[in-house]
This record gives sequence, structure tokens and C-alpha cells, in this order.
Amino acid sequence: MRARESSISPSIDLLAVVRTLLWRDLLLAMRRRSDVATALLFFVIVASLFPLGVGAEPNLLRAIAPGVIWVAALLSSMLSLGRLFALDHADGTLEQLLLGAAPLGVVVAAKTAAHWLVSGLPLVVIAPVIALQYDVAAPLYGVLALSLLLGTPVLSIIGAIGAALTLGLRGAGVLLSLLVLPLYVPVLILGAGAVDMAAAGLSPAGQLLILAAILIVAAVFAPWASAAALRISTE
Amino acid sequence: MTAQSIKWFWFASPHTFFPLAGKIARVCAVLAAVFGVAGLYVGFFVAPTDAQQGEVYRIIFIHVPAAWMSMFIYVVMACWAAIGFAMHTRLSAMMARALAPTGALFTFIALWTGSLWGKPTWGTWWVWDARLTSELILLFLYFGFMALVAAIDDPRRADRAGALLAIVGVVNIPIIYYSVQWWNTLHQGASISFTKAPSMAATMVVGMLLMALSFWMYSIAVALTRVRCEIAESER
Repeated sequence: MRARESSISPSIDLLAVVRTLLWRDLLLAMRRRSDVATALLFFVIVASLFPLGVGAEPNLLRAIAPGVIWVAALLSSMLSLGRLFALDHADGTLEQLLLGAAPLGVVVAAKTAAHWLVSGLPLVVIAPVIALQYDVAAPLYGVLALSLLLGTPVLSIIGAIGAALTLGLRGAGVLLSLLVLPLYVPVLILGAGAVDMAAAGLSPAGQLLILAAILIVAAVFAPWASAAALRISTE
Repeated sequence: MTAQSIKWFWFASPHTFFPLAGKIARVCAVLAAVFGVAGLYVGFFVAPTDAQQGEVYRIIFIHVPAAWMSMFIYVVMACWAAIGFAMHTRLSAMMARALAPTGALFTFIALWTGSLWGKPTWGTWWVWDARLTSELILLFLYFGFMALVAAIDDPRRADRAGALLAIVGVVNIPIIYYSVQWWNTLHQGASISFTKAPSMAATMVVGMLLMALSFWMYSIAVALTRVRCEIAESER
């Protein structure tokens, strides 16, 4: 009880909490570079499989490129969600964070931000290279990268709820996909739609603005849902 | 604290709710059968043949009420989940858990009858129409809820985790619905118009409402029976 009461006290420097957690998670990710690389390689491989399956006809590839890249990003981001809380749960760090004085929502937000920096941001950087494979027109690279830049954080933020709910369960990975993928639908539609709009010569501003709005709303509310889920899973 | 509110909490206990649920379930089961027979009779024998679609349209008497129920039950489920989450009442979580399979069933029926209806009228089993697609995603949401609750052994954790997921889902449903609608208009124009004949015959409306009432009663009866099973199991 003491921890919850003191969490309201103004003496805690929230920015310091965020900075420390962010730095810690990034450092841990750097120490396990192969984990990070695997999810990225998965993204590249999935995107490279599609031309082998549907044929290398340039017009077809150009048409499916935004959707394929976005679906691959969804799956890759989801695959790495398991790591978000599982390692901390296994070695007891998570319990210390739950008992700590910092509000759990802020803790979750910091950890989610670290997850995005490690698993989402690299996708934004790699995506134009994949787009090159799909013969996407060069002016669209910027729209594609921007849509991923706005959309992938939402995937991490919403995915954190699923990761917290399935923490420590049997078959957590498959269950996580069932919980999270339906909730990803709006991001997929808007993200791929923005690139489609730009490809058709129209302004993608509408989709990008709504993606930004979803990002803001999700960033404000979803960490608290994740925090509640963590408390449920660890009590 | 008035007598009224005490009565509410009186039935919030699984022990006292068990016999009440049995009585309500029996009444609702009978009403479901009565309304169902009346609705099907009106639908198949009284309602006139549709000018454009002929006899095929009669599947509407099952399709539309099922689609209504599929969406409505998710909202009811999320309400029970929220009450259970806020008040720590075990019975609310049981209600949410008991409603999920019925909701999934109606979602499936809506998709299936929609497909059966689509083949003769539009010439295809499946169209990536906004409504069909969001109904499909709703089915996935039901499956996600049921899978999560089933995967957790500790009943308390299962109830609370399921409740949180249902609440997150119900917040997301409008966003999913509108994004799917937008995606649909973006990708494939209005090749098939879903607007029905503007004015329906009064008997058609009556038949549909009777079927909707029947489905309501069925849902209540089945959900309460399932709750009784859950109570019996937890008291074992």
C-alpha cells in the first residue's frame, strides 16, 4: 500500500524514471543484439517472400507493396512483443518495478518507448529498401517512412496491453497474436492507405493525421490499461 | 442505502442468483420458442415476395437479427466486464464469460447467412464489404476473449484479464468499424450497393422484430444457463 500512496507524492522525478528505464532497456537490447536483429530479419524475409509467391510482375508488386510492407511490419512488431515484459518477469525486475514508487503507467510507457526504439524505428529505416525491391516510385518513400513512423509506435503501445495480459501463460505467443492483431487493423488500413493515396496522386494527409491522432490517444490511455493488465497478471 | 439497492446486491451473490437464473432461463427459453415460431411463420408465409430478389431475401429474418445480436452482445459483455472490474463482483465476470460463446455464435451465423445470401444475389460468397469485414473482425475479438479466458488457469486472473480485454475491445470497435468503412470506399468504390429497397413491407419488419425478440430471449436463456453451470462448477 505504501508504494501506491507515495506514487502520488510530487517528490518523484518522472522524467528521471523514464530516462533510467529507457536507458536500461536500450542497454539490455544492445547486449542482446541478436534478439533485435532476428525480428528485423523476419521483416525483411517476409517481405521478400511475397514476390516469390505472387510473381515478380512489376505492376502487381507496385500495387501490393504498401500492404505487404505494413503486414510484415505488424507481424515483426508483434513477434518482439513477448520480450517486452517476459525477461523482467523471469528475473524478478518486474515485481520491483510494480512495488516501486513510480506510477506503473509511466514505467510501462518508458518500456514501450524502448521497445519501439529497438523494434519499430529500424523498420522505418529499412522499409524504403524493401520498397525499392518492389519498384515503388521514389517520391513515395517519404510517405511510407512517415506512415511507419506514426504507426509503429501505436503497434508497440497497443501490443503492450496484450503482452501484459498474456504474461507467463502457456502458448503466450500464439495467444498474443490472436488478441493483438484484430486491434491492429485500423493502423494497417490507415498506414497502407496513406501510401496508396500518395501513389494515386492524392494527398495522404488525411490518413497520416488520423494515424497521428490514434498515436496520441493510444499513448495517453493505453499505458494505463497495460499497467492494469500487469497488476492482474502478477498478483 | 434503500431496500432497492440492497436487493440488487442480494442477487449479486452466485448462491442467491442460481435459482433466479434458472427461473428466468426457463421463461426466456419458452418465449424464444414462441417468438421464433411466430417470426418464422410471418417471415416464410405472411411476408410478401421481394420485388427485386424474389424468395431469396427471406434469409433476412435470420441474418439481420443475428447481426444485431452479435454487436449488441459484445457491448453487454463489455458492460458486465466493466462492472466486474470496478466492483470485484464474481458474478459479473461469469456473465461476461457466459455471453461470449453466444455472441461468437451469432457473429458466425450472421457471416454464414450473409454468405448464403450473397451467392444468389451478388454472385459471390464473400465480398470485402465494410460490414462483412468488421463483422469478421468482431468474430476475431470474440475468439481472442474466449482464448484468453480459457488459457488462464486461475479463475480470478482469468476474469480480470478477460474483463480488461473486453473493455479495450469495445473502445476499439468504433475505430475498427470506421477505418474498415474508409478502407472499403478507398479500395473498391461502390460496386455493390447495400442499400435495401427503401420501404419494407410492414409484415417484413414485424417478422424481423419477432425474430430479433426470439434471439434476445434465446441469448438470455443460454447465457443464464451457462452462468448456472459456471456457478455449479465453482461451488464444487
